[in-house]
Amino acid sequence: MFVYILKRVLATIPVMVIVAIFVFLLLRLTPGDPAAILAGDAATPAQLERIRDSLGLNDPLLTQFMTWMGQLARGDLGTSLLSNTSVAGMVGARLGPTINIALMTIVISVLLAVPMGVIAAWRHRTWVDFLVMSFSVLGFSVPVFVIGYILIQIFAIDLRWVPVQGYKAPSEGFGAFFSRAILPSLTLATIYIALIARMTRASMLEVLGEDYIRTARAKGVRENVVLFRHALRNAAVPILTIIGTGFALLISGVVVTESVFNIPGIGRLTVDAILARDYPVIQAMILLTAGIYVMVNLLVDISYSFFDPRIRY
Amino acid sequence: MEFKSKDFSDAKRVLKLRQLSVGLTGRPDADPVLNGIDLDIRAGETHCLVGESGSGKSVTSLAVMGLLPKDALEIQGGLIELEGAEITNAKPAQMRELRARRIAMIFQEPMTALNPVLRVGEQIEEVLNMHTEMSRAEAKKRTIDMMEQVHLPDVERIYSAFPHQLSGGQRQRIMIAMALILDPDLLIADEPTTALDVTTQLQILKLISEMQERHGTAVLFITHDMGVVAEIADTVSVMQKGRIVERAPIRELLTNPKEEYTRTLLAAVPNLAPRPARAAAGAGDVIKVEGLEMTYGGTGFFRKSAGVKAAQDVNFSIAPGRTLGIVGESGSGKSTVARCVMRLIDPTGGAVTVAGKEIARLSRRQLQPHRKHFQIVFQDPYRSLNPRWTVARSLCEGPINFGTSKADAMAHAAELLELVNLPRDALDRYPHQFSGGQRQRLAIARAVAMKPDLLVADEAVSALDVSVQAQVLDLLDDVQDRFGIAMLFITHDLRVAAQICDEVLVMQKGLVVEHGPAGEVLANPSHDYTRKLIEAAPGRHWDFANFRALETMRATQGAIS
Repeated sequence: MFVYILKRVLATIPVMVIVAIFVFLLLRLTPGDPAAILAGDAATPAQLERIRDSLGLNDPLLTQFMTWMGQLARGDLGTSLLSNTSVAGMVGARLGPTINIALMTIVISVLLAVPMGVIAAWRHRTWVDFLVMSFSVLGFSVPVFVIGYILIQIFAIDLRWVPVQGYKAPSEGFGAFFSRAILPSLTLATIYIALIARMTRASMLEVLGEDYIRTARAKGVRENVVLFRHALRNAAVPILTIIGTGFALLISGVVVTESVFNIPGIGRLTVDAILARDYPVIQAMILLTAGIYVMVNLLVDISYSFFDPRIRY
Repeated sequence: MEFKSKDFSDAKRVLKLRQLSVGLTGRPDADPVLNGIDLDIRAGETHCLVGESGSGKSVTSLAVMGLLPKDALEIQGGLIELEGAEITNAKPAQMRELRARRIAMIFQEPMTALNPVLRVGEQIEEVLNMHTEMSRAEAKKRTIDMMEQVHLPDVERIYSAFPHQLSGGQRQRIMIAMALILDPDLLIADEPTTALDVTTQLQILKLISEMQERHGTAVLFITHDMGVVAEIADTVSVMQKGRIVERAPIRELLTNPKEEYTRTLLAAVPNLAPRPARAAAGAGDVIKVEGLEMTYGGTGFFRKSAGVKAAQDVNFSIAPGRTLGIVGESGSGKSTVARCVMRLIDPTGGAVTVAGKEIARLSRRQLQPHRKHFQIVFQDPYRSLNPRWTVARSLCEGPINFGTSKADAMAHAAELLELVNLPRDALDRYPHQFSGGQRQRLAIARAVAMKPDLLVADEAVSALDVSVQAQVLDLLDDVQDRFGIAMLFITHDLRVAAQICDEVLVMQKGLVVEHGPAGEVLANPSHDYTRKLIEAAPGRHWDFANFRALETMRATQGAIS
């Protein structure tokens, strides 16, 4: 078990190094002078030279890379060209809202979608199954911003249950956080509910046809135990994969939702950085997103072996 | 041979079926799957239900358990009584209470019948948790005790093992422990030893009868293996197409069957008396294997291990028109040898010469033009033909790859169909439109279409019913006679080997333990392991086809003891 986890952790290192090299080269290998790109159109030659100097662009490429990696290792992601503040600090401040919303989305999705999928598979080809599948198709096909605005119209404007927009950290009171986070989470969750419910249903349908399910029934095991103890654990691997990928996609894909609900998260930070060509911030965002993907996949891989004892690569 | 002959007419009747009919759900007008089944089983009695696949044996057992797949099958008439109480239309909750407490069931595939992600101890204990008020400690104690009763070794360790960490025999013992822990009145065993090796099968059969004796359980034993029936049955029902055609005590059924169907079923059972060897159809050897060795694994990124020696120092040769059988239990290395010969895997040592060319070391590219000389027929005809391809396409693909024109290949394919006794219009059909036996004929036709010198048959008749098995064996014989093909026949079934092989090679744990003419090896085995295999073959003293004891085997038995 320990060896397995160690192997998975070690395997993440080359992935992150390759991403780092790519991010490093992104700025250095783009056509033209990076300093000119950074400085913008109205820069004087003196300004350009100062930027080159500060970025170490006059050193050999390898030296530049080692210096940059050294900075990364110390957690120094550089300085924003736009606000002239530390990129690490900017990202850190924006990460909280995004992560919190993403977590809440995933929790909502899993809590709703897994039972939906299980019941749809159990009552295969009945109206319950039909209902779940219809919702699933709907969840896939309606764009996120439409769902967002519909939810705002109903719950914030008509019913006035929650604020229209904004964000408060959980540390400022859970109620304040929850009332503002619930609509964006629900909005984001629709597509994940659709996805996870579908995957759960398909995976469960396969498992329910297995011999050991018949054995469990032949033992006189109650249906709910058959479903959740015997079947769901066997169906877990593909469902976990979808949840893991979903979570990683969420972090990088919250741009629209953060805009609709005016949440100061990394989605909006990224959009702003791209529009302003704030390269150090863009670099940091790519690294961060890749890092989250790698971490989530690592966790998913490790959780496989928890659910299925046969997996020990 | 000794048959069981105890009279059970005074014993308590455990199961009674009267005119039980099962049909497709919601379609009472369609042909029934079970058509008026009558059955009685008394306490302590072993009743065997025999018949070919599709005859309704398993459906009968599932109907009794109340486990018919609801959206496909339903009870449409008749009566099921368990110890005098009718359970024909029992509610799901009521049936759940009966299962494991009063009726228990064990299944064919111990590999898939246990939940792979739960520890086996927990799976047995679950029965106690569901049906009794035992405390955790009591339940565990009872489980361990039951695991000891089914003679599992090292029970504390096995208790917390997962199914994939156990052998097939151990898994089936777990299933039996699980089924019998609440001391049910009726045990339904659905082909419980079909997937096991003969020696393991013998142990499991002994275990079932031991448990039965200790608890006085009535056993409904479903099987297609007449040898097993001869060993364990008190009474037998023969099923055909959803009906019971004959019911009799075991001795009566085997010595004096009344119904035509029973006679044909018994006539198809191969016996252990080897057939006379045939002369070679030509000079020289089609295949020569020298010092063949296959070691799996051994190199890993994180560790170096010795690897698994699946085959070591295997030597044999086959002349044209002759058949060499490799027999052995699972894990003996017999299929590894077949795959090495076919170069489906690359042997780690030794030489394989087919049709005059050494192929063990050839690269894929060098091997390709040589492939037409050796062809293989696999075990499972349901998976060895591409389901999306017509028969014609499957039969013509190989020859076309080797330069035959499409028209010639088609003409040859049509001839081959005739040879394997299938109608010409089969060319345009798809594999799912054929029965298992017909599909195996197609697989043989596909192999023969390449005009090979060597045909490898890897358990090619193991998945078939006995009557179909006999036909396919005849077909292989016929094909071999006609084209003088050399055949390498891999099987775990000594009876089949006796019917088709001229020479037999016995393998155990990757090593050849005995090699000689079939008549010699099967009648006068010199190695202990071969003897053990032969003694484990159920019903080996009975000549089913002639309804009498087997003369030659009596002689051998004398020689053994």
